[in-house]
Amino acid sequence: MSEQVAHAESHTHEHPSDFEYVKVALVLAAITAVEVFTYFESVLDWGAFLIPSLLIMMVVKFWLVARMFMHLKNDEPVLGRFFAGGLALATVVYIIALLAFNFWS
Amino acid sequence: MTSMTAEAAAVSHDHDPHATNTGISNTKLAMWLFLSTECLLFGGLISTYLLYKTRGNGQVLPTDIFDIMFTSVSSFVLLASSLTMVLALSAAVRGDMHRTRVWLMVTALLGAVFIGGQVYEFTSFYYEGLGYTTNPAASAFYTLTGFHGIHVSLGLLMLMSLFVAAGQGKLTAKNHETIEIVGLYWHFVDVVWIFIFTVIYLIPAE
Repeated sequence: MSEQVAHAESHTHEHPSDFEYVKVALVLAAITAVEVFTYFESVLDWGAFLIPSLLIMMVVKFWLVARMFMHLKNDEPVLGRFFAGGLALATVVYIIALLAFNFWS
Repeated sequence: MTSMTAEAAAVSHDHDPHATNTGISNTKLAMWLFLSTECLLFGGLISTYLLYKTRGNGQVLPTDIFDIMFTSVSSFVLLASSLTMVLALSAAVRGDMHRTRVWLMVTALLGAVFIGGQVYEFTSFYYEGLGYTTNPAASAFYTLTGFHGIHVSLGLLMLMSLFVAAGQGKLTAKNHETIEIVGLYWHFVDVVWIFIFTVIYLIPAE
């Protein structure tokens, strides 16, 4: 019986508090504001760092929403693996497709 | 014996009649599987746009007429709706169904504002000479952002259904997972927009 209790407890997930959600949203808003500023070269000329910076900020926002708002941080790891699997498959398939169409040349 | 009974009660309380041996409900698992397949759908649409974004056939390109400030406001609105969605779930977990309804309604309103913004953007682009069949770049742009808009609209329908169900007392703290599953879909739509906003709108065409 205690094994069953442990099994049940292992699937009881703690969700972040409302305050934590608000903090994450503020971070997301701040990153988005920086992204928007990059569009206006008069503010700061990002030069060769523009595209890598935008991609990094995009990945950070993606990761924050998936981990905190979609609860991948506290949920069953298998759910994250499903999502990462689909994402990885899509990334590989479409990078190959773009390479086949000489997108970067 | 008494502690055994208490443990049994705890187990029966924690487990719903449809519990699975993985501990993950079938609906939640199905939603995550669905979302992973959606990555392939949107990946295809984004790749198509990237391939065609400079093919204007001598006519106006979407990148020529983007209004970044307007789209930025839309992005903030969609991000805010993700926050209100998790606040609705948080209230439902606490059993505060009044606040759940309020946050669900706020989320739906923010989603409606985003869709309204998209309709305005499409209309203004059309009057600037960018129709659906103007050139391959326009077709790819409208197909991608239109598909995203359809997803947001479907999310709105789900949110309104939840709002009505909560009002009728069919949605309680016990079945808050329904809100969580709709929330997963809503956050995914937000995540896709994060990608579209950067790759389509912010990264320069050339």
